[in-house]
Amino acid sequence: MASSPGSNGKYNGKVNGKIVSLNLGSTNPGNINLEVEIAGIKFKNPVIAASGTYGFGREFAEFIDLGRLGGIAVKGLTLKPRKGNRPPRIAETPAGILNSIGLQNPGVEGFINDELPFLRKCNTAIIANIAGSTVEEYCELAEILSGTDVDAIELNVSCPNVKEGCLAFGNTVKGISGITREVRRYCKKPLIVKLTPNVTDISEIARAAEINGADAISLINTITGMAIDVHKKKPILANNFGGLSGPAVKPIAVKMTYDVAQTVKIPVIGMGGISSGEDAIEFILAGACAVMVGTWNFVYPDACVKVLEGIIKYLGIYNHKSVYDLVGKLELN
Amino acid sequence: MPLVLKEEIIFNKELVPGIFELAFISEYVSQRAKPGQFVNIKCCDGLDTILRRPLSICSVNRKNNTVIVAYRETGKGTRYLARKKAGDKLDLIGPLGNWFHVSDEYKSIAVVGGGIGVFPLLFLLQQNPCAFKGAYIGFESNTCIVMEKEFLHCSDKIMLATNDGSKGFKGFVTDLLALNLLQEGSKGKINGEKYDIIYACGPMPMMKKVFELASKMGIKCQVSLEQRMGCGIGACLACACKVKHDGDWHYKRVCKDGPVFWGEEVDFDG
Ligand SMILES: Cc1cc2nc3c(=O)[nH]c(=O)nc-3n(C[C@H](O)[C@H](O)[C@H](O)COP(=O)(O)OP(=O)(O)OC[C@H]3O[C@@H](n4cnc5c(N)ncnc54)[C@H](O)[C@@H]3O)c2cc1C
Ligand SMILES: Cc1cc2nc3c(=O)[nH]c(=O)nc-3n(C[C@H](O)[C@H](O)[C@H](O)COP(=O)(O)O)c2cc1C
Ligand code: FES
Repeated sequence: MASSPGSNGKYNGKVNGKIVSLNLGSTNPGNINLEVEIAGIKFKNPVIAASGTYGFGREFAEFIDLGRLGGIAVKGLTLKPRKGNRPPRIAETPAGILNSIGLQNPGVEGFINDELPFLRKCNTAIIANIAGSTVEEYCELAEILSGTDVDAIELNVSCPNVKEGCLAFGNTVKGISGITREVRRYCKKPLIVKLTPNVTDISEIARAAEINGADAISLINTITGMAIDVHKKKPILANNFGGLSGPAVKPIAVKMTYDVAQTVKIPVIGMGGISSGEDAIEFILAGACAVMVGTWNFVYPDACVKVLEGIIKYLGIYNHKSVYDLVGKLELN
Repeated sequence: MPLVLKEEIIFNKELVPGIFELAFISEYVSQRAKPGQFVNIKCCDGLDTILRRPLSICSVNRKNNTVIVAYRETGKGTRYLARKKAGDKLDLIGPLGNWFHVSDEYKSIAVVGGGIGVFPLLFLLQQNPCAFKGAYIGFESNTCIVMEKEFLHCSDKIMLATNDGSKGFKGFVTDLLALNLLQEGSKGKINGEKYDIIYACGPMPMMKKVFELASKMGIKCQVSLEQRMGCGIGACLACACKVKHDGDWHYKRVCKDGPVFWGEEVDFDG
């Protein structure tokens, strides 16, 4: 597919050798339906900002209208404020980054008092991402947030960057079953369980989450990794290890999204290395009905909008009327 | 408010081996930038280096909308940058970060810069209308001295140090500062002028020393910090620096709460 996005919303290009000319309009041309529904919540479009890469939206509001996003998953929240890890907290690696922020956040009360009122005004779905070090903490977080007007709760059982290790809940069938079952009892909001890729068989983990009450699955969180400064003979990150994200992880994430979508019936939200509309379409074809954009927001603060525009363009070119025309429509060779 | 911009490069020249001066046209940045702020540059188009590289704004010409940054070729990112030519587009976000505190009450200021830390201080001197401006600048050796002329041009007194003594004072720029501040004895007087504030940028141990000297003399002190960044706009919390807070401490963001901090806030050993 050769393409040249023309001026004023016109698109002229070649699709499978055929010349096409489309009028893309401003955000949504013609009668394409971008809406997706996940666990009863309607997202106006399938592009959601990934947790931890978007803060609480404020910084990005300087660059884009947050109302254009399908949703925002906020920075991982804990019961008490957390200071986070020692710096350096980030290292660049080939086509990716390693991070070990260590869940620095203002705590759930700080979020509710100081951040949620602003987010609520932004006309986009708000997903609260939560992390704890015990099952009880997760339950308490879910209970507190169920009393607010967030749209959904995303269970981060896969953060590799804190010592107490919420990763421990996410990497065994037993762990994920227990935590999903318990949190489900306290969670009155749609519950999204976010999976770690640091497992042997992600499908069985996804299945365990589904059986125990998850309304949706999101994946992947970061892949554990390490980068070494050979001159200092030390890891670059003060925390020694970190989580890998960005374009480097995309093929892994697409395969895992495919595997999980094949296994569960609940909706799947795919992420990992998305930097364009076509990247997002890969995840959707693999079975995701929405995507999250993370690391690429650091490179281009308007990345989410660009991904959305790319999706719209793709749908237009191939004459699809809805995102659902594509979900899982991959044809294997 | 920062913007994502694609601006045209006017020149990109090597001043001394490994150190470059790059000028670009940007009405947006030139009209808004304040001394201490930085721009975050995407050094290559593809995926080879994905993160942007922060560079301080070194000088601005508001009449012809020129912005200058200067950088040391350090690794992959700055190596890509060094290959850019006049006419190429520069993909940048800016202006970013906070800025040095300036006030009519500061009649006499000093800047203390080490190595690539001198660049934001030049912009500060250029923009600052105060009565007396002292510049202390330090480099490894004679062969890495850059922008000496520019510093001369916008300061009332310039003091230069090289670690190996190949030009100016032999030793650290902080030793030179100490000599001058302490020599005069009472309250940091130099040539009869008392510094109301000292601004420092350079390696952490250097800034620590400057702050210690300044506080000993009862002089205000601001420092400009560096940290590895993710987003550069305040969202990812990658660029943490340890800051004292109500008898305790917490992490602030170098990119948004900084890069400029008051000396007494900073935990220099954190
Ligand atoms: C606010 C601020 C202002 C700066 N101003 C200047 C300036 O005016 N002139 C100048 O020469 N340098 C400046 N630096 C340092 C400059 O950003 C780094 O030298 C540059 O990012 C190195 O990139 P690289 O790819 O060449 O090196 P690599 O070592 O290959 O970079 C790898 C990663 O580490 C990061 N990194 C490496 N060194 C530093 C550093 N010292 N500070 C922050 N991140 C680093 C890079 O951004 C990149 O993400 C500034 C840094 C900050 C934080
Ligand atoms: C700096 C940073 C911080 C992150 N913090 C969180 C977090 O708090 N909670 C969470 O569930 N995921 C967190 N993630 C993971 C992302 O949400 C996402 O799963 C991952 O980065 C893969 O997507 P990407 O390649 O598009 O970034 C973080 C990622 C990065 C890069
Ligand atoms: S670099 Fe992201 S918060 Fe500073």
